[in-house]
Amino acid sequence: MLKILKYSFFDLVRSRWSYVYFLFYLLLSSVLLFLNNDLSNTIITLLNVVIVLVPLIGTIFGVMYYYDSQEFTELLLAQPIKRRSIFLGQFLGVATSLSLSVLLGLGIPFALYGLFESNVIFDFLILIVVAVFLSFIFSALAFNIALSNTNKIKGFGYAILLWLFLAVIYDGTFLIALIYFQEYPLDQFTLIATLFNPIDLSRILILLKLDISALLGYTGAIFKDFFGTLTGSLVSLGVLAVWVVLPLWRMLCIANKKDF
Amino acid sequence: MVEFKDIHKNFGKNEVLTGINLKIQKGKTTAILGPNGSGKTTLIKILLGMCHSSKGDILVGESNTRNNWSYRKNIDYLPQIANFPGNIKVKEIIAMIKDLRHQKTRDTELIDYFELEPYLNTKLSHLSGGYKQKVNLVLSLMFDSPFVILDEPTSGLDPLSLIKLKDLLKKEQDNGKTILITSHIMSFVEEISDHISFILDGKVYFDGSIDDLKSNTGETDFEYAIANLLKHNHA
Repeated sequence: MLKILKYSFFDLVRSRWSYVYFLFYLLLSSVLLFLNNDLSNTIITLLNVVIVLVPLIGTIFGVMYYYDSQEFTELLLAQPIKRRSIFLGQFLGVATSLSLSVLLGLGIPFALYGLFESNVIFDFLILIVVAVFLSFIFSALAFNIALSNTNKIKGFGYAILLWLFLAVIYDGTFLIALIYFQEYPLDQFTLIATLFNPIDLSRILILLKLDISALLGYTGAIFKDFFGTLTGSLVSLGVLAVWVVLPLWRMLCIANKKDF
Repeated sequence: MVEFKDIHKNFGKNEVLTGINLKIQKGKTTAILGPNGSGKTTLIKILLGMCHSSKGDILVGESNTRNNWSYRKNIDYLPQIANFPGNIKVKEIIAMIKDLRHQKTRDTELIDYFELEPYLNTKLSHLSGGYKQKVNLVLSLMFDSPFVILDEPTSGLDPLSLIKLKDLLKKEQDNGKTILITSHIMSFVEEISDHISFILDGKVYFDGSIDDLKSNTGETDFEYAIANLLKHNHA
């Protein structure tokens, strides 16, 4: 598996798109740091970008990589290698190279700006952890979609729809539900509904760490009660981990049964 | 050596194989023949574990191929259509497969033999069909495994390369390798193989030597004998 991981990783690292992705983050965080002149504010601005962009790029990249390397995959399948190793290796190659682009793109300007002497290093760390988690989650989901659809156009379509659903539509319906049922106690519902969407979960996790939960009003207080504690943080990180493991498990199941 | 036991395969409603029973003898060259779409490639893919049979088992040596991968260490496989990732060089893909399999190789010998030396630094997407097939041959034959599967090995090759391939295969036969081929070039099949298995409508329709086939059909020419098989079945 490690050899497949190595080849996928270097194949991607050499590709133009990884550089574009890396340079985008580098430029974005440098400009934001320059304009904001403040680490904490920059982290909040970046949060809004990371939370939408990382899932989008993760899905598109994952689907694209799978379809692009189909021929190579077929070549590998005839070799004495376990199927699980092939697909796990490719997935990890995509997810780690994406994570590395984010890590370096955001990390370098922050480090130069003096992150290590500031007191927001922990907040920044959470931003990075969330970005890495989102990269892994959405490339795993993308591999699931690509493996279940031989038709590339359909695969891309479903991938975009999935992103749109989790990044936009989910929040929209969630808000409508909150307004519609505002006379009922909704704290439990809100908490649980947040756990079911990795994007929302990541957002809340960072917002609460940044101590701006006062902006969230009464619900914010409840969230703070739950997510603000150590148990809450652990639960949310655990849920994010489940969001990685479940799609990965399903991906391996499909890969094992598929005819090539 | 290899035994197919009642192999069934359907893709949705389309039943491709409906009970293949076949034995491939060790040290012999068996040709699997059949009209287009008769399931030759599917059968080979099932043997390699790339497709799963709906029913039936395959034994390679002593081991069942189901949920098993280690038996592929002793198989060299030449896929039918040489689809390679386009953005890497010939030499890189050879190095990659060598690294992945970690077995003894004879790649330099084969590169020389098929005169691929000047193309080692060319990207695979820039190669012509014939050269792609040569790379394909090097990739699949370089491990010198005792069991060789060739799916349409002649496609895209010019007459000179075809003769070279035949010579190479004859050498392999002398070394006692078991070879399984599919081809539509009947003269090639006749020259190379000891044994013919003809697949029709998802079943083995004829299984025997070339001489058996000729005497069964009453034809003296191999190509006509095969055509005769097809005609009589469809009449």
